[in-house]
Amino acid sequence: MTTFTYADAIRQAISEEMDANSDVFMIGEDIGESGGVFGVSKTLWEKHGHHQMWDTPISETAVVGLAVGAAMMGARPVAEIMFSDFSMLAMDQIVNQAAKLHYMTGGQLSVPLVIRMVTGTGGSTAAQHSQSLEGMFTGVPGLKVLAPSTPEDAKGLLRAAIQDPDPVIFFEHKLLYGGRGGPAGDVVPVDPIRFGVGRIHREGTDVTIVSYLRTLHHALAAAEELAEEGISAEVWDPRTLVPFDRTGLAASIKKTGRLVIAHEAPVRGGFGAEIAAWASSECFGDLKAPVLRIGAQNAPIPYAPVLENTVLPTQDSIANEVRAFMQRAR
Amino acid sequence: MTATVTKTLDERLELFRQMLLIRRFEEKASRLRAKGLIPGFLHPYIGQEAVAVGICDQLRDGDALTSTHRGHGHMIARGADPKRMYAELYARETGYNRGKGGSLHMMDADRGFLGANGIVGGGIPLATGAALQMLRGKTGGVAVSFFGDGATNEGTFHESLNIASLWKLPILYVCENNLYGEFTRQDKHQSIKDVADRAAAYAMKGVIVDGNDVEAVIAVAAEATARARAGEGPTLIEAKTYRHRGHFEGDMARYRPQEEVDFWMKRDPLDLYEARLTGEFGADADAIQAIRESVEQQLDAAAEWAGEQPHPDPSQSTEDVYVDSYEGAALR
Repeated sequence: MTTFTYADAIRQAISEEMDANSDVFMIGEDIGESGGVFGVSKTLWEKHGHHQMWDTPISETAVVGLAVGAAMMGARPVAEIMFSDFSMLAMDQIVNQAAKLHYMTGGQLSVPLVIRMVTGTGGSTAAQHSQSLEGMFTGVPGLKVLAPSTPEDAKGLLRAAIQDPDPVIFFEHKLLYGGRGGPAGDVVPVDPIRFGVGRIHREGTDVTIVSYLRTLHHALAAAEELAEEGISAEVWDPRTLVPFDRTGLAASIKKTGRLVIAHEAPVRGGFGAEIAAWASSECFGDLKAPVLRIGAQNAPIPYAPVLENTVLPTQDSIANEVRAFMQRAR
Repeated sequence: MTATVTKTLDERLELFRQMLLIRRFEEKASRLRAKGLIPGFLHPYIGQEAVAVGICDQLRDGDALTSTHRGHGHMIARGADPKRMYAELYARETGYNRGKGGSLHMMDADRGFLGANGIVGGGIPLATGAALQMLRGKTGGVAVSFFGDGATNEGTFHESLNIASLWKLPILYVCENNLYGEFTRQDKHQSIKDVADRAAAYAMKGVIVDGNDVEAVIAVAAEATARARAGEGPTLIEAKTYRHRGHFEGDMARYRPQEEVDFWMKRDPLDLYEARLTGEFGADADAIQAIRESVEQQLDAAAEWAGEQPHPDPSQSTEDVYVDSYEGAALR
């Protein structure tokens, strides 16, 4: 039986792109012999050596800033931010430098850079190691923002991101990695995936649930539950938030007439707000009900499991909210 | 020990010409801004010319540098074209950044000039990353990061110098200590007098140089670039200098004691070098005069050309956000 985890996917994508192009290198904290907190860079150090693996001190601004500077000189760096929460320490280099250099210099040079960020809850990882901050990056012109939900998408999108000429923020959900420190899985070939093409994970006719990263899997489980009650939910994964597959989503809304968006970030100001606003204005004629947004409560992520499960959307909370929505929306 | 760099008289006159070109470029830009022809910020480099010219004298093709909000001098010293610089200040389509950057973001990538920067300390990690790529590619190149005393209080300074020392990156960190971080005197923003002292924290070589003496700057640059190219790692160079004007055009700089201003005006880097040229080096007064005239003519022609350049078309507002754009990117 083939084993191919999300962590395998990330590792293989980087390794294959490093093999193809010596200008690809990885830079980040503890990515060397230790293999990284989540074991993602395990074996990369042995295989690609120091020349393509730059294990840094704990210096997030420098991790990103050096990657940007090297990219300006023609490299294709893959920077790792161990927890997306730590990206707040590197925001100047991401937002003021990487995102803007191509534009504000009149296109003189590009910044072909991938910043991988480990996002979302890890289960009681609490307020500073659990956030879903994608909405902070989707609002910055010049960045592309990816959020893969499956191993295949993670590999194909990461390969495409490394080949892309623009700065790309690549979110990886820590609970999707599929086991820490286990043996490396099988090599599964996956072609680079074009950005801006969503994916239907489950066909349905009554309601479209848009979701990504780990919440997508909660949404799929909730959809199975709802199916037994006669509610047919289509689960649609944008895979890339910027660019966003509006055509694909519009087609799904046309079919179901109802839209629910579920993500782990708080509802207020989350990327779901952007999707909802767009759909409400551009798909108004196809909508039979107001758009429903499901996300975290407006609170930091708490430590206690009982509190964390209250703050974050779960399979149960998604099923309950969609059930109530369908009763209102019939 | 500093390296000995021997210059011919013609080379020395060229150093003077470059410093004068920067000085007059900035003075003219100030006048043009006062007339309302330049829309954005200007942070003049006047008084610090010997640092840019001295350091860039030791750079080669393939080297790279990052600058600051006070970036025109470094760019000119690297050989950029004043015509296209004025066009950028005028926000014209043929400016270096096609009118999208202005003074704070001006770049000449072909010359390895990786940009002025609107964020204090923002360029330090960029230059460090450029040095990393040179090390990876074994290009023999060096990177230079220019910044001021104020920037040495930023986290980017600490993180970058720590890594550069650890990895022996080929880079020069050039602190132009002009005594002020924006409107704040050095003794009010850090408790050290010599920024070069900070090198010890990174086990890095730190040197102090008279930043108003172009040949002294060349000597330390020669040694630091030679060390970097030989794989011996980075150097922190502190060039003691002075900002003749305020933080930006419009700042009257009344926070500076008059005695301090008077002291430094007597140490004007152009006056000092001209005296050496005509005295110690035996330059002809006519040769100096010819340089003055040619610089004036060049800049008059440059500003005139810039003023005739087209404004960007509004349709360009969403061009170059991405290299590989996507359908509807402007609105989505």
